[in-house]
Amino acid sequence: MTNLKRIAGLILLSACFMTTQALASGGGAKLVSADIDPDNIKSLQRGAANFMNYCSGCHSAQYVRYNTIGKDLDLSEEMLVDNLMFNAEKTFDTIQASMAADDAARWYGTAPPDMSLIARAKGVDHVYNFLKGFYVDADSPTGVDNLQTPGSSMPHVLWELQGYQEAHFSDHQNEDGSVTTTFDGFEQVTPGKLDSEDYDDFVRDTVNFLAYIAEPVRSFRVVLGKWVMIYLIFFLIIARMLKKQIWKDVK
Amino acid sequence: MARIEAEVGKPQGGFMKWIDDRFPFTETMKYHATEYYASKNFNFWYVFGVLAFVVLFIQLFTGIFLTMNYKPDAAQAFASVEYIMRDVEWGWLIRYMHSTGASFFFIVVYLHMFRAMLYGSYKKPRELIWIIGMLIFLVLMAEAFAGYLLPWGQMSYWGAQVIISLFGAIPWVGDALVEIIRGDYSISDITLNRFFALHVIALPLALIGLIFVHIVALHEVGSNNPDGIEIKKLKGDDGVPLDGIAFHPYHTSKDLVAIIIFLMVFCGVVFFAPDMGGYFLEHANFEPANMTATPEHIAPVWYFTPFYAILRAVPDKLWGFILFGLSVMLPMFLPWLDRARVKSIRYRGWIYKSALSVFVVTFFVLGWLGTQPADPIYVLAARIFSVIYFAFFILMPYYTTIDKTKPVPERVVYHD
Repeated sequence: MTNLKRIAGLILLSACFMTTQALASGGGAKLVSADIDPDNIKSLQRGAANFMNYCSGCHSAQYVRYNTIGKDLDLSEEMLVDNLMFNAEKTFDTIQASMAADDAARWYGTAPPDMSLIARAKGVDHVYNFLKGFYVDADSPTGVDNLQTPGSSMPHVLWELQGYQEAHFSDHQNEDGSVTTTFDGFEQVTPGKLDSEDYDDFVRDTVNFLAYIAEPVRSFRVVLGKWVMIYLIFFLIIARMLKKQIWKDVK
Repeated sequence: MARIEAEVGKPQGGFMKWIDDRFPFTETMKYHATEYYASKNFNFWYVFGVLAFVVLFIQLFTGIFLTMNYKPDAAQAFASVEYIMRDVEWGWLIRYMHSTGASFFFIVVYLHMFRAMLYGSYKKPRELIWIIGMLIFLVLMAEAFAGYLLPWGQMSYWGAQVIISLFGAIPWVGDALVEIIRGDYSISDITLNRFFALHVIALPLALIGLIFVHIVALHEVGSNNPDGIEIKKLKGDDGVPLDGIAFHPYHTSKDLVAIIIFLMVFCGVVFFAPDMGGYFLEHANFEPANMTATPEHIAPVWYFTPFYAILRAVPDKLWGFILFGLSVMLPMFLPWLDRARVKSIRYRGWIYKSALSVFVVTFFVLGWLGTQPADPIYVLAARIFSVIYFAFFILMPYYTTIDKTKPVPERVVYHD
């Protein structure tokens, strides 16, 4: 009986956790999963190169140091200096944008946000869909709008790779007379250097890198966590034996 | 009782006697541990008091190390947290333990309070323990609220903005009060500094003081048990309660097992899901505070949401604030609202059992509603469940009087 109640209590506890987990993942626009693999070092290395070549001109990652990237992604000091450090002197420097923030704010209306934590703030799926969501819009000052973040002031920096696409929308008349606009799909109008699959991989690697810099300690944290659990299980067995021994005379 | 004598060549009683002549060490250990007798039939629900102690220790210990590296300055606070997460040796672990500890403090304290409701632990003669416990809960809420501003993220800033502005609903003094709390016309560097002071010294001192009094009061009257029987009524020839066993080594060795199981759950979150899907660390808090950009959806951290849902359910600002305050304070009156002759749920009738079950469901539903945007359907649901929440307390004198209770046995129910 007491055991039953104990189990009921534990189920109640875990149920409350699981619902919060499930609820947290719901809501918002329909997102295509970024499907990143944070343990794939090659993907992270490619992502680092993508970021430094295409993003870091405008976006800083001001909390991220080059030598941390080097250590975590198996890159030697020479490789860092030759391939990633375009505007930095020392390997312990943080990633700064080449463009001055004041100029950026004047040119784009708002300074490009720092990328250190973007994956944790917005979620990897959001960033992935954002980078795939640019479409031609003649009315916009940048010539493009974004499906994920409508009205974004970011131009389509990766146009050379993705090419340009148009977005198709359709209006539906509701019963009460209001109109709902739904998104039907993209149509490629100008080809880019990469085909659609390669572009997805390019974006996926980049997002993977953004997820990594949002929490560089992640992979070590998980590895350490397993050892902590093994230790606690061992400790639990001993503590349980101790309790049994001490309680032998309780009747 | 200190008799300090020194006679050459005569055994003096060793080091412990030297101490005990000057400080009541052995006496205190006996009173609070080796000769403090608590019922032998404590179950799962009785571990959360000790676990609250464990979490308190984790919070104090990690808090000290965070304070060594954190900067309570609106221009540097956010960056200093990232500095702790990335550049300070083991800083990430200390920070995740502290942020996870905050949520676990509430999980443990809520379960500890629920235990009291299951077994009538607040009833005579333990009313004062319960009231002191409720004061601890209030200070804990203030402590958590002050601490949540410190990372200076978007949700820190806007959550504090929403909650502090609630005090503006109080007639006459409201606006002045809000300015006093903020120390400024909006939440600013000044607010951050005073919240830091409250979080690291003022409130922890109050918390530790109240916990000390909580324990003193508990050890004066003795612990309740799942049968709600006063074990001191039946004592053996040696003066030890027949159903009681010493806190140390019996309960301590049992609690050690509970602590390890707790640490496994705690470390599971710290190492494998420190964000807890955005509930323990909210996504918007990874963006620095920006007073010119209001986030789309502002929700307090999960442990405040049941009360926040009640606040939002009321259309009037002042009444919302009053009912919000009342919903937090009402449990304090449980010792007098509950008129049942028995303490434990084991010997209560179906009415209280049903009422408590409905209350638990209500608390979870309100908690969930508090995290959701204020859509009309959610507001309607929040209103219905708010009424149920208050009805549980206000109707309690009535339904606990008419509820049929079962006879309580002489001795506690115990089997290996």
